[in-house]
Amino acid sequence: MAARTDMRRYAGFGLTTALCLTILYVPLAVIAVYSFNDDRSITNWAGFSLRWYADVFTGPEAPIFRAAAWNSLSIAALASTAATVIALAAAVAMIRGGRFHGRQASYALISLPLMVPEIVTAVATLVFFTAIGVRTGYGTILVAHITFCIPFAYLPIAARMQGIEESYELAARDLYASRWQAFRLILLPLMMPGIISGWLLAFIISLDDFIITNFVKGAGMETLPTAIFGSVKQGIKPNIMAISTLMLMVSVVFVTLSYLANRIGQKTR
Amino acid sequence: MRQAIGIDRVVKRYGAFEALKGVSLSIADNEFFTLLGPSGCGKTTLLRTIAGFEDVTAGEIALYGENIAALPPEKRPVNTVFQQYALFPHMTVRDNVGFGLRMQGVAPAERRARAAEMLELVHLSDFADRLPTQLSGGQQQRVALARALAPRPRVLLLDEPLSALDLKLRQAMRVELKQLQETTGITFVFVTHDQEEALAMSDRIAVMSNGQVQQVGDPRTIYEAPVNRFVADFIGETNVLPVMVDAVADGRARITLPGGHVLTTDAVEGLAPGAHHVSIRPERLSLATADADLTARVERVIYLGTDLQLLARLADGTPIITRLQNSSRNELPAAGAEVGLTVEAGAARLLLD
Ligand SMILES: Nc1ncnc2c1ncn2[C@@H]1O[C@H](COP(=O)(O)OP(=O)(O)O)[C@@H](O)[C@H]1O
Ligand SMILES: [Mg+2]
Repeated sequence: MAARTDMRRYAGFGLTTALCLTILYVPLAVIAVYSFNDDRSITNWAGFSLRWYADVFTGPEAPIFRAAAWNSLSIAALASTAATVIALAAAVAMIRGGRFHGRQASYALISLPLMVPEIVTAVATLVFFTAIGVRTGYGTILVAHITFCIPFAYLPIAARMQGIEESYELAARDLYASRWQAFRLILLPLMMPGIISGWLLAFIISLDDFIITNFVKGAGMETLPTAIFGSVKQGIKPNIMAISTLMLMVSVVFVTLSYLANRIGQKTR
Repeated sequence: MRQAIGIDRVVKRYGAFEALKGVSLSIADNEFFTLLGPSGCGKTTLLRTIAGFEDVTAGEIALYGENIAALPPEKRPVNTVFQQYALFPHMTVRDNVGFGLRMQGVAPAERRARAAEMLELVHLSDFADRLPTQLSGGQQQRVALARALAPRPRVLLLDEPLSALDLKLRQAMRVELKQLQETTGITFVFVTHDQEEALAMSDRIAVMSNGQVQQVGDPRTIYEAPVNRFVADFIGETNVLPVMVDAVADGRARITLPGGHVLTTDAVEGLAPGAHHVSIRPERLSLATADADLTARVERVIYLGTDLQLLARLADGTPIITRLQNSSRNELPAAGAEVGLTVEAGAARLLLD
């Protein structure tokens, strides 16, 4: 490849970078640091303590958070798994299915939710559930999450599949594997990094969702983001910073795993 | 001679484009059969229709007398060595080689033994536990070969298997492939665009261009008796000269060469008297001692070690190449000199256009 102009030589690159990183990460750093503050104040540092973490698990709001955490994690696990299976089927049809009628339209349909404002999706989903007369609650959250997780699961899966030449499956068929065996023994293992990456991404997206969840959750049903929001409405307490920091850590772990899955994938290609 | 593959007027269309325009071939059991032609002429497409990766638009393909049109690839007793090998990257060499047997339901112990036997055949016994990415190109090529041979197919299809190897390895593999074909007794259908490779290895060659078979024959026939201009040009180096066919009788044709000299040579079926072309291989021309068939002006003499190449032009401007053996001959013509050339008896081959 021809040598490209080094971005770093542009005037102001350093300053712009520093500014972006500051805006992005300073608030997160502040929350993470003050979650260990031994004081009710959120501005005054009074020494290191784990009391707010203890408060999250044993304090007065602990039962709410525990129930919300269970809802969030179980919904994220179920929704990301279902979305991954659907996305995988879609990717096989789109990339290996040859040219079929409506292929372009299908692609648009799969990726459109990424572009639609979330509030619109939220209202539409709620209207839909109301129209068909479904009671809002755990089930409606799950269905809504599966839906908006599909494009996020689809992207890494499709990217991976595009990089796998069809000749591997043909070679398998040539060596007496049925269509299904060629899929299960050859394509699926080769796809695995993309599948894992897509699942992790969908999991994080589901875990993090607030707007849609808030619309379709129904009364008395909370996920972590909605529970945190509810608690913050009565004033920001340090235990919220602790729980936010915990969620941040889960995100970091998942994103790292997703990255590693892709890296390993690159090596086995 | 038993027929292994019968291809009958096979047409393959991609949209409006015809990749195969009615190909008919009969490939014999135990034969090393080569499909030879320039890139894009439809060789891979034909191979894919035999393997079952493509449906034919029209025509029939029979394998040992059985029409296989309706069979998916996994039901055809045919295995393929892919151009880019397509070794399964997540499986060891042993598992790659054993894959076909596994799909056929062969027990693990026997599978292992057969895989070992195959790896021995291609001299890769020490590499069974490696992943394909840990092998060189030449080794990957052998694994692909072992993998395709392990299930003992009746026909092996090879799509330019040597094209990714460097010259030395390619030449060694030619001999090895040919030996492998002879020891296993499996019918090989080998695809290449390299005429030298085709001549060196094949029992018979089908020369293809533009989705059509131009000529089928053993290497010697293809080289020495090309039927048309395409085959003559594509296989080796040749001189194509315009001639007048004066008369055809009893399988012989009387022709007038440029410059007026008259020769008789083999007639070609379907060729009427009139203006035509002949092909004369450079090594079948020699410097005339007396009465010359052609007269040319020398432009350049190129020294090639065992050979000398004489580049010259006829009076009408047609270039003509002569290859002379480099022996302690009398002096060579200098550039600019006029020379007489003798055409060896039977060397002027009439071509259909
Ligand atoms: N799937 C396809 N769709 C459209 N055209 C194709 C397809 N596969 C091959 N072709 C065309 O058919 C012709 C023959 O291709 P191929 O059989 O691969 O040639 P070869 O192997 O002799 O180089 C080429 O012109 C190629 O572009
Ligand atoms: Mg090809």
